[in-house]
Amino acid sequence: MNLKKTLIAAMGAAVLAAPLVAAPVLSSTAEAAAEQFFPMIIYRTGAYAVGGIPLANGYGDYLKLLNARDGGINGVKIKFEECETQYSTKVGVECYEKLKGKGDVGPTVFNPNSTGITYAIIPKASVDKVPVHSMGYGRTAAGDGRVFPWAFTFPTSYWSQAAAFINYIGEREGGKNNLKGKKIAFIYHNSGYGKEPLPTFNKLAKKYGYDFKALAVDHPGQEQKAAWLQVRRYKPDYVFLTGWGVMNQVAIKEAAAIRFPMDHFIGNWWSGAEPDVLPAGKTAIGYIAATFNQPGAGTQAHADIVKHVYGGDAAAAKKGQIGQVLYNRGIINAIYDTEAVRTAMGKYGNKAMSGEQVRWGLENLNLTEARLGELGVKGFMGPISVSCKDHEGGGKVMFQQWSGTEWKIVKGWTDTMQDVIRPMIEEAAAAYAKENKITPRAC
Amino acid sequence: MFRQNGSFAKTMEVLNAIFVLPFVDMFTEPVFFAEVVVGGLLTGVMYSLVALGFVLIFKASGVFNFAQGAMVLFAALTLVGLMEKGVPVWLALIIAAGVMVIVAVVIEKLVLRPLVNQPDIILFMATIGITFFLEGFGETVWGSDIHRLDVGIPDATFEIGGMLLNEFDIWAAAIGAAMVAFLALFFRYTVIGRALRAVADDHQAALSVGIPLKTIWIVVWSVAGFVGLVAGIMWGTKSGVQFSLSLIALKALPVLILGGFTSIPGAIVGGLIIGVGEKVAEIYWGPLIGGAIENWFAYMLALAFLLFRPQGLFGEKIIERV
Amino acid sequence: MLYRESGQYKTSYTDDQAIFPLKQDRWLMAIALVIAFVVIPLTSSEYMLEAVIIPFLIFALAAIGLNLLAGYCGQISLGTGGFMAVGGYTAYKLTTSLPDMNMIIVFLLSGVAAAFVGIMFGIPSLRIKGFYLAVATLAAQFFLQWLFNKVEWFYNYNPSGTITAPPREMFGFVVTGPHATAEARYMITLVVVAVLALVAKNLTRGHIGRSWMAIRDMDIAAEIIGIRPLHAKLSAFAISSFYCGVAGSLFVFTWLGSVETEAFNINLSFQVLFMVIIGGLGSILGSFIGAAFITAVPILLTNAPQFFGFNLPIDLQKHFEVMIFGVLIIFFVIVEPHGLARLWQITKEKLRLWPFPY
Repeated sequence: MNLKKTLIAAMGAAVLAAPLVAAPVLSSTAEAAAEQFFPMIIYRTGAYAVGGIPLANGYGDYLKLLNARDGGINGVKIKFEECETQYSTKVGVECYEKLKGKGDVGPTVFNPNSTGITYAIIPKASVDKVPVHSMGYGRTAAGDGRVFPWAFTFPTSYWSQAAAFINYIGEREGGKNNLKGKKIAFIYHNSGYGKEPLPTFNKLAKKYGYDFKALAVDHPGQEQKAAWLQVRRYKPDYVFLTGWGVMNQVAIKEAAAIRFPMDHFIGNWWSGAEPDVLPAGKTAIGYIAATFNQPGAGTQAHADIVKHVYGGDAAAAKKGQIGQVLYNRGIINAIYDTEAVRTAMGKYGNKAMSGEQVRWGLENLNLTEARLGELGVKGFMGPISVSCKDHEGGGKVMFQQWSGTEWKIVKGWTDTMQDVIRPMIEEAAAAYAKENKITPRAC
Repeated sequence: MFRQNGSFAKTMEVLNAIFVLPFVDMFTEPVFFAEVVVGGLLTGVMYSLVALGFVLIFKASGVFNFAQGAMVLFAALTLVGLMEKGVPVWLALIIAAGVMVIVAVVIEKLVLRPLVNQPDIILFMATIGITFFLEGFGETVWGSDIHRLDVGIPDATFEIGGMLLNEFDIWAAAIGAAMVAFLALFFRYTVIGRALRAVADDHQAALSVGIPLKTIWIVVWSVAGFVGLVAGIMWGTKSGVQFSLSLIALKALPVLILGGFTSIPGAIVGGLIIGVGEKVAEIYWGPLIGGAIENWFAYMLALAFLLFRPQGLFGEKIIERV
Repeated sequence: MLYRESGQYKTSYTDDQAIFPLKQDRWLMAIALVIAFVVIPLTSSEYMLEAVIIPFLIFALAAIGLNLLAGYCGQISLGTGGFMAVGGYTAYKLTTSLPDMNMIIVFLLSGVAAAFVGIMFGIPSLRIKGFYLAVATLAAQFFLQWLFNKVEWFYNYNPSGTITAPPREMFGFVVTGPHATAEARYMITLVVVAVLALVAKNLTRGHIGRSWMAIRDMDIAAEIIGIRPLHAKLSAFAISSFYCGVAGSLFVFTWLGSVETEAFNINLSFQVLFMVIIGGLGSILGSFIGAAFITAVPILLTNAPQFFGFNLPIDLQKHFEVMIFGVLIIFFVIVEPHGLARLWQITKEKLRLWPFPY
């Protein structure tokens, strides 16, 4: 019996293991030049990899572009490190702990890329003095900068998106007053993420008098026949979808199967990318989804990425999913973050920015049309200004439609009823502050 | 007893909502009810397709093969990967099936043989190891992207008597039925099938009459691999082939305990019961308590059946001796 | 040479029945406790505590809970995540409605709540056995997850549906919430886990543990010799769920800080089951070893390529990691089907004779 050998091997492994577990701590100390460190909490594997890969590619490629084309941000080189979460909150927290100690002056800003991870690290980040930017996901209440100084949700939030959706269909019906008596079905991922828009829909239902039915679909959402049978009976005028991963693909197929008119089927901005519509083939034509960035690879920034990051190899860039909806969203996330660093440098000087300085930069971020033009992304994304109080930026939302081969914007920047949404955000933030004994800062 | 009239009325209202209104609803809209039932049946067949793989392996080797979901994913990934490389469908199917045989051989050699005679739970744990390996391996080879799968099964919607049906679902049902019939005949009339049944009854007795256990196991795992391939095609066509395919195993588990771990017809009947049960419950009772009850309801339903038949509907009676 | 019992004479029954009858074991235990209570908090980095040691302790507690049920009483459960959720949400409700309640009491009470839920979902075990029961306990998992997601009362009606650990103090230290230092959270976790592990060890040695083991080994035979399956099985479910519940409350309050129901999903149940099986069914030590294996190995594998200077693409690295993890599970199951704890036991036996085995 070679048990002895096994034992020795096991012990040897254990001895080897000890430094490995501690490895990230050891390696975090010795660095050479001061670089701007971007931690990337991403997922390229697991059940949601389909969405995670293009997001990570877009974000990473833009950072690479800045390094290759401009030599970093204002001359400060960018360094980044990916940490794979498989979309699991537990692994995400481990990633956060691992990355927060890295970088010459600490990490720049965390983009958790998952609502669950966002919830978990917002409280931690405020103590560790690292900003968290959950771009269009996460805790909507974090749009109130007085309670959440370290968390940012701009350019917009799920609640604003729901309001934009009501605005959009109101317009299609010839005025929001015509929504009275219309029926809207809301199919949502049965999780914190999916439930977010519910209060907004309920509130607006009272205001505009539409009939509203919410249908939950459990993770992962491979089987949703029951929900769609109910849609079939309810005969809604519009269906709004809040899904992620496999749920989107199945929902679009099921909608087609009950012959629901695709142009009345509208997804949120995480339910409207190429992987969501492609498996459904032709039946998905006409499907509409919200977005806050232009589809396609037509901007100067995209051309530069092909040139500098992929060495002019357009095919490789295409393989890297350039121009896809979620890839583009990765790019604008990177633009927000790097521009925030630039803003911070405007105040603190051209050196590597610490988390606290970046926080100031995020809070004072003001991306004008002119600035977007300089970045080569004019029209690609909306101008935005963040303030101490407003971490959501009150951003507007667009709607895009799937033509069978590409996404096309069918409705430009749509208003998000901040007069209704903002008080709701502030109320939710106040409740959070009370429960967690946070004194809101004055703004 | 009911001095407070208000609360009495309230109680009656709740009882009414639970025990009367859903049935009224079913009878006033019979066409829709029929559609729900048919939809449930068709979904149930899809569950059965996955459950069948579990049953085959449990029947012949007593292993609760948690890796069935991963095998579905792996088979579908292989198929779709080959098709994307330009291999014609029929050839890709054959190659994918061949790959599943290789998987079966490797599993038998490296995992099952060293674990002969170990407790069930240990074998179960080993199959979880296989799950991890197959998931990682499949993704390494074929990537984590979503792959569109179209093997040419028609996918149009048509209407019968006010009910909206999908050709694809009908095909799935037909394929499921054909597979069960085939497996039942295979088990009944072929030499290997008889040997399989012998092994299922008693490993040692089977060995002592000269049935080669190794071969049988390889055959069974290969067949489970084919079943996984079919399940992967059906589910993968619906949602695209992607990692979450391996999660559908969870949908098959209630079917499995309801039908019995050891019964092939049980997998089908169990699938149908679960399919109809969860759809009817979700649509008629779900709204009362907030919806999305399908997942746990399937398990509760299976549990309710188990309380009366602890070995599942068609499982072999568990005989215990001291 | 160092580890042997010769020369240690027991002069009373109490001595004979002690948890650690050997002097060396007592020493080892004492050293382990000193390391846990003094050395680790003084020397560990925040990352070590947050990402490795605190989760290890919490998972060890949950694994002990499941081990009491699966390893000692033979009832396999896949509802661990659900029972942990009961603990987590109860603790949240308790401490938000009664902010002055001592956190230790909150943790224990959430365990009690989980115990009641556990008894309810344990009832089918009187009739259903083996894998049928294992799958049936998934009903608990899915139902509880649905319940905490659906009923807004559980998360105080906040729109995001998450629960966040509010700041609470003990002995003048902040022990939960974002401002609690990793050390403070580690210490409170450690105290709870150490005490409960000791209790578990004693439970399994006493009357109740023996009745569980009798049921596990052959329930009909146990019934014939006068053990009531109802009492034994339901008490196993209750106590196991109690442990899981406490682990769940720690999971929220001393580790993650803020969770949604999804954190208690079925993967958590499976993870704890892996720990129990890899560590060793029917062994308290095994629960610790299993928890260490399952929490540390993935982190190790993630950091390994970097440590050795490989720079693989992160997705490939993760795929390899998953594959290696799978292979390791198979490897250990084949090498030692009785779990890693068994390896330690064999080592001890060899040590007693070393260096003169015969």
